[in-house]
Amino acid sequence: MQTSIHLTAIDYSILTIYFLFVLGIGFALKRYMKGSGDFFLSGRSIPAWVTGLAFLSANLGAQEVIGMAASGAKYGIMTSHFYWVGAIPAMVFLAIFMMPFYYGSKARSVPEYLKMRFDEKTRGLNAISFAIMTVFSSGISLYALARLLETLVHWNFWMCIFASATIVLVYIFLGGLTSAIYNEVLQFFMIVLGFAPLVFLGLKDVGGWTALKAKLVPVAVAQHFAPDTWSHSWIHMSSPMDNPMGINWYGMVFGLGFVLSFGYWCTDFLVVQRAMAADSMSAARRTPLIAAVPKMLFPALVILPGMIAIALHTADGGKFLPLAADGTPDYNMTIPVMLARYFPTGLLGIGFTALMASFMSGMAGNVTAFNTVWTYDIYQSYIAPGKSDHHYLWMGRWATVAGILISIAAALVAAQFNNIMDMLQLVFGFVNAPLFATFLLGMFWKRTTGHGAFFGLLSGTVAAALFHLVAITEGGTPSWVKGGALAQKFIFHSDMGKNFWMAIVAWLTCFFLTVVISLATRRTKTDEELKGLVYSLTPKQISENEPWYMQPVTIGILVLIATLALNIIFA
Amino acid sequence: MNFDLRIPVGLMFTTFGLILTGVGLMSSPEAYAQSLGINMNLWWGLVMAAFGVLMLVLAFLGASKRKK
Repeated sequence: MQTSIHLTAIDYSILTIYFLFVLGIGFALKRYMKGSGDFFLSGRSIPAWVTGLAFLSANLGAQEVIGMAASGAKYGIMTSHFYWVGAIPAMVFLAIFMMPFYYGSKARSVPEYLKMRFDEKTRGLNAISFAIMTVFSSGISLYALARLLETLVHWNFWMCIFASATIVLVYIFLGGLTSAIYNEVLQFFMIVLGFAPLVFLGLKDVGGWTALKAKLVPVAVAQHFAPDTWSHSWIHMSSPMDNPMGINWYGMVFGLGFVLSFGYWCTDFLVVQRAMAADSMSAARRTPLIAAVPKMLFPALVILPGMIAIALHTADGGKFLPLAADGTPDYNMTIPVMLARYFPTGLLGIGFTALMASFMSGMAGNVTAFNTVWTYDIYQSYIAPGKSDHHYLWMGRWATVAGILISIAAALVAAQFNNIMDMLQLVFGFVNAPLFATFLLGMFWKRTTGHGAFFGLLSGTVAAALFHLVAITEGGTPSWVKGGALAQKFIFHSDMGKNFWMAIVAWLTCFFLTVVISLATRRTKTDEELKGLVYSLTPKQISENEPWYMQPVTIGILVLIATLALNIIFA
Repeated sequence: MNFDLRIPVGLMFTTFGLILTGVGLMSSPEAYAQSLGINMNLWWGLVMAAFGVLMLVLAFLGASKRKK
């Protein structure tokens, strides 16, 4: 069965109006781009509500919307762990403990913070691996968008690639980070207002929350799990055999909640860059907290449709979702199928535009992070230091063009060889897994040395790769991409379980080796040089005459209490 | 920077809201069989227009506060 969406003139005019606004923002911002600080850091002048929504939206790419709905169908409400255990606590930690050092140190990027805290080689390692990863991620996003549009509305694959790449290129080239941030806010509202009616109609169709829970029982039973597995997030986590994620609670809390989520939200320059553009220290610290409030409610917008789709799919005898080549439901089509099914022409234009917006925000986020790291941390540091600010602004613009061209090339490669992209994402996983150990030690233990950080990080990545070569998912055939290529020492119930444990192994290796090597090497930075970079050497934040209810700590605690309540309600 | 993001956000959603409300008023009820018999264009159009106008009002209030 082929899913397609039929767009009419009204839907096309909505799409066109949206792109006119997107490009219009780029043109309107052009005259404010006077120096590299305006282009890469928005001149540190953006109010907190804008950076907060952009912080959220930069991560609201295709993977989030399409992928979380797919996971909602595959795993049920357990998918909420990505939000209520993963993202939110990490965002609160970033706001309260880490933002003072990122923003206060006046570093222009995350790699530059590493240079100030440790040394040149640690910055170089992080900057180069990050730059490569962002352009490829943007290419993957581009490829996924074009593939989807080709399937849904039968547009030409190449035209989709070039048209979407050109739109993103134009608005970033003109207005830099500010343009990306402003468009991310536009995209945020578009996605919320475009998908909310989908959830409303889906929930009404299935007969409400209680009826949904009843209809999820056959889904769980058919896969030999306890009847209420799809509607409880915690109670089936005592053994990896009891739930479709194939992981137990401590593997999930440590692997996903601590290692992967803190690693992503607290160290990935893609999101941290949004907070760094805020207009004051308190705005920078409020950025992740403002993002955390809608983030907390997002499971209703992105996971719930997946749960509704699988319930209806099972109830109507397997006709709701299209089937993939192997006969299982094609979970990635959840959102498109529901758009086509429930939305009348008009509203369909809004929903379809929201879908395109989510792909583009993911791509634009990667491109702005790439041009900054390339220009400041690679070009200015190693290739052409000491040039005029105007020169770096010029470089940033052309790095944007180059970044987009490499993304297109990556999308082309992905179209030819699907395995290469799987391989790349695997390698990115090795590089990212240990990162948070380096930042945690760097920010909170002044004894951590540059040698310790660099070699710890490198060993963490090697440990992740080695683990992958000896670990495999049950029933899988050993291969370089799927794992277990050298030996099958560890067997996991799911790929997800394997990835969480791989991250744990990488993090622990990095943590202990960084400690050991730091103790064995001499400190190269004095206490005075580390002021503002390390917790114990930085004077406490004096509250900038704001009332207690506006203080980051207060908001952070409230956010955590609300998240805890959500975990308990849906346990 | 003298650029209030609430203005484009407000303008865009007011436009979308008006388009959808218009489509909702003009189309026949049969068009809404797929949205479970609810005229979603009309209702959601009004919601989006209200959101757009709210953004514009906030931007206007913000501008007059800055002038003082």
